[in-house]
Amino acid sequence: MERPVTLHVDGTARKLSVDTRTTLLDALREQLAVTASKKGCDHGQCGACTVLLDGRRVLACLVLAVTCDRSEVTTADGLGGSGSPHPVQRALLEHDGLQCGYCTPGQACSAVGMLDEAKAGWPSAVTEDPRQNVELTEDEIRERMSGNLCRCGAYPNIVAALREAIR
Amino acid sequence: MIPFEYRRAEDTDSAVAAVEEAPRAVFLAGGTNLVDHLKLGITAPEELVDVTALPLDTIESTPDGGLRIGATVRNSDLAASPPVRERYRALSLALLSGASAQLRNRATTGGNLLQRTRCPYFQEVTTPCNKRSPGTGCSALHGHNKNHAVLGASDSCVATHPSDMAVAMAALDGTVHVRSSRDERTIPVTELHRLPGEQPHRDTVLERGELITAVDLPPLPEGTYTAYRKVRERASYAFALVSVAAVLRVANGVIDDVRLAFGGLAHKPWRAGTAEERLRGAIPEEATFREAAEAELSVARPLADNAFKIPLARNTLGAVLRDLTTEVLR
Repeated sequence: MERPVTLHVDGTARKLSVDTRTTLLDALREQLAVTASKKGCDHGQCGACTVLLDGRRVLACLVLAVTCDRSEVTTADGLGGSGSPHPVQRALLEHDGLQCGYCTPGQACSAVGMLDEAKAGWPSAVTEDPRQNVELTEDEIRERMSGNLCRCGAYPNIVAALREAIR
Repeated sequence: MIPFEYRRAEDTDSAVAAVEEAPRAVFLAGGTNLVDHLKLGITAPEELVDVTALPLDTIESTPDGGLRIGATVRNSDLAASPPVRERYRALSLALLSGASAQLRNRATTGGNLLQRTRCPYFQEVTTPCNKRSPGTGCSALHGHNKNHAVLGASDSCVATHPSDMAVAMAALDGTVHVRSSRDERTIPVTELHRLPGEQPHRDTVLERGELITAVDLPPLPEGTYTAYRKVRERASYAFALVSVAAVLRVANGVIDDVRLAFGGLAHKPWRAGTAEERLRGAIPEEATFREAAEAELSVARPLADNAFKIPLARNTLGAVLRDLTTEVLR
């Protein structure tokens, strides 16, 4: 059952017709050829498909495209402005925060979402007192990024990169 | 995945009518569990009725000083909301210990309560499972059952309920508001989920077409402290082996109010009424905590792989009460 939707992907309005069964991830990759968001597990366990949906990090593999009409979708392609990388992406490069790179676009989107959440004062499971605001220590970064797996195990460098991006 | 219709409900009446009228329609909220089930073939609805546009996304104080949490409030918003952080710390902690940030940004209050077990046999459609396909048998009963229930299970089903949020809400005496086309009713969180018995395909007492609209939390008297502790195999992004939500108030050196719930042990959040009874009026000390936990767990029946959960639950309950007592007496 096809439905028309408009997605604002990385700053561009894209009109398309989606089968109601299509996930946001498949709509991006297969219909719009926006391949920054990666298909890892396709079951919400790995984080490779992370995008910002209306400014919040979500898993594109568990969102139906038909529910996203008129939404803003930001993939790793659209994080930086006018062709230049976002500070998080720059830091990941400088710190070697990747090996194969498959999880990296999801890591980058997730990290940008994390920074906004921390700025808004959201606590995490390791925040000593959730009534207080947070500082993004190494423990906080590890907890807040736990939804993004890296099978190459580049975690130490990812954490180092994000520590720098925060500064 | 079989084709399905999609409808975005504009108001609560039309949402419940839509699901009631179509025998194979279901509500869709955050989709973090349902969309996965569509892919896995665990469920094959003919219509999804999206409830995320309904005006059920607010967190409001109630006249009695409690809190009303809308059914479509996202888990991340709920965990971060000031009244929850300040007054219902156990709930904030429980939410933050569940899933990942991306999932919490989508998952809703109502959907979290109605998420289904992560029993691997339930999720693998080629294996027998009474919860997924009634009458086919339980693969976990004599299979890999390390993560399964030790309390209230039956030979039909030994699955556990996966929610952290619901465990905190059970200890906090939450009440679920439910709406159908005929009426509205309220159900204590502790009575929303069922024990499996002979009908493990029914997770809750909800009838077809009933929609959760909100959860109310009663106010906590001055001097009440709450906590949530989750024990799991890795530090983050994993389901509980055992979890404990606790509410404690100490007055004149004795326990004046105590409410406890276990997660990871049963087909529902397990309110530990026996332990509470032993603790009420007692002096808060280590030996009493242990004795209360043992009394509660005396009815536990371990499976081949999960006897470890019983001492783990006892010790976790003791640790939570010890920490809370320290906090209360500080």
